[in-house]
Amino acid sequence: MTIILKGGRVLDPSQNKDEVADVAIVNGKIDSIGRGLAERPRQIGAAGAAENQIGAAGAAENGTVVIDCSGLVVSPGFIDVHCHLREPGREEVETIATGASAAAAGGFTAVCAMPNTDPVTDNQAAVGFVARQAQRAAMARVYPIGAISIGQKGQTLAEFGEMVGAGAVAVSDDGKPVVSAQLMRTALEYARTFNIPVADHCEEPTLAHGGAMNEGIVSMRLGLKGIPAEAEEIMAIRDMLLARLTGGHIHLCHMSTKGSVALIRWGKEQGINVTAEVCPHHLSLTEEAVGNYDTHAKMNPPLRTMADVEALRAAVKDGTIDVIATDHAPHHYDEKEREFADAPNGIVGLETALAVNITWLVKAKVMSLTTLIERMSCTPARIFHLPGGTLKKGAPADVTVFDPTADWKVDAASFRTKGRNTPYQGMTLTGTNHTTIVDGRVVFRRSH
Amino acid sequence: MNAPASNAPLGKDLLALEPLSSQQIQLILDTAEPFKEISERAIKKVPTLRGATIVNLFFEASTRTRISFEFAEKRLSADTVNVASTGSSVSKGETLVDTARNLEAMRIDMVVIRHGASGAAHFLANRIESNVINAGDGTHEHPTQGLLDMLTLRDRFKKLQGLKVCIVGDVLHSRVARSNIWGLQKMGAEVAVCGPRSLLPNAIDDFGVTVFDRVEAAIEWADALNVLRLQLERMQAGYIPSLREYNRVFGVSRDRIERAKKDIVILHPGPMNRGVEIDSDVADGPFSVILDQVTNGVAIRMAVLYLLSGGKAELADKAKGVE
Repeated sequence: MTIILKGGRVLDPSQNKDEVADVAIVNGKIDSIGRGLAERPRQIGAAGAAENQIGAAGAAENGTVVIDCSGLVVSPGFIDVHCHLREPGREEVETIATGASAAAAGGFTAVCAMPNTDPVTDNQAAVGFVARQAQRAAMARVYPIGAISIGQKGQTLAEFGEMVGAGAVAVSDDGKPVVSAQLMRTALEYARTFNIPVADHCEEPTLAHGGAMNEGIVSMRLGLKGIPAEAEEIMAIRDMLLARLTGGHIHLCHMSTKGSVALIRWGKEQGINVTAEVCPHHLSLTEEAVGNYDTHAKMNPPLRTMADVEALRAAVKDGTIDVIATDHAPHHYDEKEREFADAPNGIVGLETALAVNITWLVKAKVMSLTTLIERMSCTPARIFHLPGGTLKKGAPADVTVFDPTADWKVDAASFRTKGRNTPYQGMTLTGTNHTTIVDGRVVFRRSH
Repeated sequence: MNAPASNAPLGKDLLALEPLSSQQIQLILDTAEPFKEISERAIKKVPTLRGATIVNLFFEASTRTRISFEFAEKRLSADTVNVASTGSSVSKGETLVDTARNLEAMRIDMVVIRHGASGAAHFLANRIESNVINAGDGTHEHPTQGLLDMLTLRDRFKKLQGLKVCIVGDVLHSRVARSNIWGLQKMGAEVAVCGPRSLLPNAIDDFGVTVFDRVEAAIEWADALNVLRLQLERMQAGYIPSLREYNRVFGVSRDRIERAKKDIVILHPGPMNRGVEIDSDVADGPFSVILDQVTNGVAIRMAVLYLLSGGKAELADKAKGVE
């Protein structure tokens, strides 16, 4: 099976490539990048055959499919190192199949699923279940993240070795902080053995307790209990110091404050093995989005101030923050339809991430498209040791084709995720995903 | 939604004082004037809201506010139903959205809601066509309390412009404090707060209020003190070490009041913890207007009910003529 992505702007930061060319995919691998490949398909790979337009009935198994990519960007597939797919336990909210399908629709060829499922993904059998369901779905790849502690209770270390053996790519107690510094120390040391990052939900629980939004002028106005920036920063610095002590790889999840940016910058200067992520919503929205108690603007960490947003944008541009991750967190619609303090945290992100990032980062001239692809594809692959993130010859053919200029209006009802909880509902954003290819298979194609 | 009906000078709902203009607040205060007199009559009833059905939906225990609203409604001849449901919305079986839908299905005209969650009144108002009056939502606002405090101050000082009012106590958790800050500032008063820093919002400095760390300094500065109730839970939650120390440092005592150079007016939204935030001889003393607040509460609520039900502004104009 051969796919030719014809005439797109091939943008692959992993090999400093930015040119209009064709990309040939043969038997699930990147075969070649060059001009005029579509005109001489027989020269590509072993199995050249009749040319077919994709979607035409009866594209032969060994046939060549040509996808017209003119005016579009062809890049390594996006990789989301942080999402919640809710299976097992909350299948009415999301399944691995619907989550992986939403990921494919959003241009993600791989996502990492957080272990705060029910039961918690804290052992090899549970990790294997996630991996199996992902294979069955055959959409975006889904890499399981195992829990740090049994049941995410923060007491007993989970079996990292067996979980890695079953397919886990990282460990995390995401959703909850690791309260015990000693347990975090041990996790960082033990994770070193398996060369996996410890993905860290930074939240000092006594400071954040009961908080529903950022602590500041808006929380005071609305009479909502606030979560101070320091609740995040205290844990970020604690765990960077523990990474310094242990040499382990700490990956700081969903960083949301200006202070955290300064701390990460310091940590990297010190040579600490730290990486960090930021979510599209923390790069685009402020606490003002809460408006009059809009639960679709409630997430943890909360939306902060414009000064925080600006610091985060600068940090993700200069690489202080390594990657952009969605923290995709679907909820049932009626869970969000309640009093603000009682509503659950989180928003869906897989199908809006690309457009939010293009709208608020590229179009707003914060960063180039090349840097955005690095933060959404190349760097996530590198720091989580995942395949993909490149269009080099022989690499698995995980490719995203997108239109960086097309405007669209967000309509949650059309999402593939089961979640409808988005603060971007009704907004006009720029940037649409066009085609997603995983392992040489087209898993998403926008219908016109 | 909050879209004002063409003939409704306050819009559909009264959820907070923050979004109101000074003209709207002035209108409510002026409209309350003629309603004061109704409560002084032998037959305390006018037919203004005859045929209107009002539900008093109280998710939190309340005596004063609930009775005050009920009197206001009855003196305007409305048909009222009281629904008291304590316990949190989560522990309760029915969600607030279902409660809202059920009320709507019964074709009621107005809802007065008291709820422990900030934003609950907004939540309800966005989902039903009926007028919604916020009778206190979590730590957000208690607009009719703010209004009756202002009416009481205006009675005493004849104006609010330039008046110096200090709110003393647990501003962090107080919906009364927020409504007072917004309302008084809009009416041109100078507002200060005084209390332990652990019970003041961090962002207080951004609200254009003066902060006093010492109650003595606050008393020295103020024309009036609005003394907030200190909830016992605040001590249990560790915001202050003890009620005893609170009384010694921040308690409004007769000694402290008498040391002030000028007479000072004392307000308290109630219920009072005598001997904690306020000493009995202050609460019962000559400077206290605490019972005037209660009397004015009925008039303010009558005015709000009248204006939300489509009542005309002329009533206030007439009142101003009388004044």
